Amino acid sequence: MFSSLFETSFSFNDLLFMLKGAGVTLMLTFWAVLGGTLLGVVFGVIRAIAPWWVNAPLGAVLDVFRSIPLLIQLVVANSFKTIIGLHWSPFTVGCVVLALYMSAYCTEIVRSGFLAVPATTRRAARSLGLSWRQDLTEIVFPIALRVALPSWIGLTLGVMKDTAMVWWIGVVELLRSSQVIVTRIQEPLFVLSIAGLIYFLMSFPIARLGARLEKRWREND
Amino acid sequence: MNYTFHWLPAFRALPDMLWGALVTLEIAVLSMLLGVAFAILLALAAASPYRALRAAAASWIELARNTPALFQIYMAYFGLGSLGIHLDSFVALLAGITFNNAGYLAETFRGGLRAVPPTQVRAARSLGMGQVQAFRLVVMPQMFRIVFYPLTNQMVWAILMTSLGVIVGLNNDLTGVTQDLNVRSFRTFEYFALAAVIYYLLAKFVTLSARLMAWRLFRY
Repeated sequence: MFSSLFETSFSFNDLLFMLKGAGVTLMLTFWAVLGGTLLGVVFGVIRAIAPWWVNAPLGAVLDVFRSIPLLIQLVVANSFKTIIGLHWSPFTVGCVVLALYMSAYCTEIVRSGFLAVPATTRRAARSLGLSWRQDLTEIVFPIALRVALPSWIGLTLGVMKDTAMVWWIGVVELLRSSQVIVTRIQEPLFVLSIAGLIYFLMSFPIARLGARLEKRWREND
Repeated sequence: MNYTFHWLPAFRALPDMLWGALVTLEIAVLSMLLGVAFAILLALAAASPYRALRAAAASWIELARNTPALFQIYMAYFGLGSLGIHLDSFVALLAGITFNNAGYLAETFRGGLRAVPPTQVRAARSLGMGQVQAFRLVVMPQMFRIVFYPLTNQMVWAILMTSLGVIVGLNNDLTGVTQDLNVRSFRTFEYFALAAVIYYLLAKFVTLSARLMAWRLFRY
């Protein structure tokens, strides 16, 4: 029963195949995080400063992305793409859905960072003669960044882990590539452990960095 | 666009899907109850003086937080299978989500525990309470207040995570039922859009009832 733990037909090529899958995972993460962050910053600032009749509908729409399983979002988006006749690859669909998904969370992070800047601080900046734009770039941005960055790192890692679901619409990323190998060599525990290890190595150091940043920045408050 | 939407079969399948939603809710609630229990143990273990306990708790927490939930469910379903432990897809899904919940909630509880000043415990102890009593009557209620909001968030997460059961072959939760209908008719968009609406309502139901509960519980 345990012999499979010590004798394996897992080859170097299989490892390369999985590392290629990990590369796809990272690419998906990169595009999703890039798109999600850009959208999230825009929406977050809008949500922080816009009047309620802009704020409330925007919040409600973004809330939809946080209340529906990502898997369902992917399937719906993928079939919708076919319906309207777009010829996007599953990879593109995955990136777009993940980016929207990330933007929904990122918006709240940016907004709470923005609102964490005390109004008095901003008023002080303005009365010292800083312009509205200077107030945003010199005062709000640095302070909000400190509040938001640790959560943003956590979110990025979350999205990285959520890319695992994208194989359902036909992208061969890390988890899917491990499944392919499992189907061939029939050693699920071993192959999955390697996949888990790769995920862990991609996630853990950055998670640690985020925790350290959070701690260090809190000391100065 | 030359596609005609067929919503009628989807609406006709609504009762089946609602039964599926009930199973989804059931898995989520079970995984939360178990997850909270494990999380409290993990949080206590992480703060214990014994190194082995701390290490075990830390590895559970870090594994749960740094690998995908789907991977954890795979491990429970396929991975344990090669050790001779064969879980059916319901149990595997429940185990995977519970493992994940416990890891995330342990951090939440750790934060909650730290937010209760140690002087409170000392005061309770000097009033003659035992260690367990002090924890149950003094620390827990204050901690609960702090962790309540993250707890409801995790509950929504748990509901969303149950959708992964379909990947390990679960066919009676909401996503499983939807997928079954889908492979029979290939009306993917209609069925899954309807499932999305039900998930949304489920998530809203949880957040609203949590808000109501918080309002009842945490009034001074």
